[in-house]
Amino acid sequence: MSAPAIGTTKTAHSDVAPKKKRGPGALATAYLVIYNVVMTAGWLVIAVGLVRAYLVRGSYHGLYFSIEKPLKFFQTGALLEILHCAVGIVPSSVVLTGFQVLSRVFLTWAVTHSVREVQSEDSVLLFVSAWTITEIIRYSFYTFSLLNHLPYLIKWARYTFFLVLYPMGVTGELLTIYAALPYVQKTGLYSVTLPNKYNFSFDYYTFLILTMVSYIPLFPQLYFHMMRQRKKVLAHVEEYKTE
Amino acid sequence: MDTVVLEGATHKKAGPGSVPGVPAPPVKRPKAKKAKKAVVFFEVEILDAKTKDKLCFLDKVEPNATIGEIKSMFHKSHPQWYAARQSIRLDPKGKSLKDEDVLQHLPVGTTATFYFRDLGAQISWVTVFLTEYGGPLLLYLMFYFRVPFIYAPKYDFTTSKHWVVHLACMCHSFHYLKRLLETLFVHRFSHGTMPLRNIFKNCTYYWGFAAWMAYYINHPLYTPPTIYGEQQVRIALIIFLFCQVGNFSIHIALRNLRPPGSKTRKIPYPTKNPFTWIFLLVSCPNYTYELGSWFGFTLMTQCLPVAFFTAVGFIQMTVWAKGKHRSYLKEFRDYPPLRSPILPFVL
Repeated sequence: MSAPAIGTTKTAHSDVAPKKKRGPGALATAYLVIYNVVMTAGWLVIAVGLVRAYLVRGSYHGLYFSIEKPLKFFQTGALLEILHCAVGIVPSSVVLTGFQVLSRVFLTWAVTHSVREVQSEDSVLLFVSAWTITEIIRYSFYTFSLLNHLPYLIKWARYTFFLVLYPMGVTGELLTIYAALPYVQKTGLYSVTLPNKYNFSFDYYTFLILTMVSYIPLFPQLYFHMMRQRKKVLAHVEEYKTE
Repeated sequence: MDTVVLEGATHKKAGPGSVPGVPAPPVKRPKAKKAKKAVVFFEVEILDAKTKDKLCFLDKVEPNATIGEIKSMFHKSHPQWYAARQSIRLDPKGKSLKDEDVLQHLPVGTTATFYFRDLGAQISWVTVFLTEYGGPLLLYLMFYFRVPFIYAPKYDFTTSKHWVVHLACMCHSFHYLKRLLETLFVHRFSHGTMPLRNIFKNCTYYWGFAAWMAYYINHPLYTPPTIYGEQQVRIALIIFLFCQVGNFSIHIALRNLRPPGSKTRKIPYPTKNPFTWIFLLVSCPNYTYELGSWFGFTLMTQCLPVAFFTAVGFIQMTVWAKGKHRSYLKEFRDYPPLRSPILPFVL
């Protein structure tokens, strides 16, 4: 989903006191700064790519193709964040981060890449733009936090933009999955039927429907969690206002 | 405000000349044959661990009162918190005290302050086990007999033509029947209860997997083992039965370590039963045998969902075995060093 990684909001509280550095040492911090800078740059490339393609073509349609490769590269690269949590250099839950990243990777590869017919849908632009803006803010937020120099603007943006970007991204994702359904059913993509010697079956079409249904309980929980985080984080800074 | 009483309050022997109800003056000289210790009554205050509100004050608590008895007293003043859902601790963030802990042996003054946390609604282990094992037993049979609305209507109440399917049903049913009987007659539980929400979690796991496996094994389009055919099924059955007997032997051995009604913990050792000789190499052979049983069942049915179930169970049991192994090592200085948690030499 397009929300910023929920688990990592813990780092948000630490722009006054660098508590989160209990994990990483100097080397890990340097690595993480490089990682976050690279990711910020990558998503900026995607953002610029989208704008340029729009200006060249003169329309919103089919912009996916102009940023397909960097999107796949940088979104897949986010898998490293699961490793960061597992190793302990980032104090977030492996499960939460894993869930976030895997759902993004799933949409990128198992839906958009795999079902060619949806790539020209406008819903793809909807979630790609939501992801792009979110990730640029999120990765620069981490970068600045690690360097102990977080501008209030970035913190504010991180905890405010999601109010629009999250529903926007979710809408784009759901519409895209919905658009993929008929093609999956027709071609039996990623599906296994009986009989076979491992006595197993899997219906990708049903799986996609269940995925869409799962948004119903999950999206509100994540959204309201972020809203609560927002209250906590932005309220505090009003008191201190050190930066 | 300590009341110093000469004799223990349970022995209501008043000395000559003493007025009943009035505490005798403190006498430190030991009397005739038995040395009488000065008995000091304790006061116990129970605070809420989170809010630090004073929830309960008990006075005239006997020094040899156990935490269990204090919990009963607390329950009287707060009837909604039965003893099983009380966590009493010395420190708001500390570990729970055990029911068997005796008041005077705890590091408290004569006015003891305890912190209380509500563990939430509790359910007995026996209830949970019976429910979580009863489900798979019944669900599997529903698929085996091809009850309507599972498979296409033309297959309703038909039976499979593959003998391995009948064998699998017998093995699966035997396994869960064994578990139910062990719950009722063999196991001796350390804890009486667990949080209520566990029953939903556990039943989803057991019932869900049982239904998933049973669906494929009893499916009209089920394919019996093809790799090594009949030989594969035979070997699988032997492994399964061997491990069932092994698992049962371990359960009996563990039961015999603990006298009825007690919660003692001892190091398990091999007994005369050869199936228990695995204790030489493994801390939790009950899990080892359980893994073996499901491995056998996987081989027997050649069914991917069964393999998944075996894998997930293996991961969970390994986590439990490592935990148990660690507690054994912490509790017993002389714990045999050769043992691994669940797989000999490996894990």
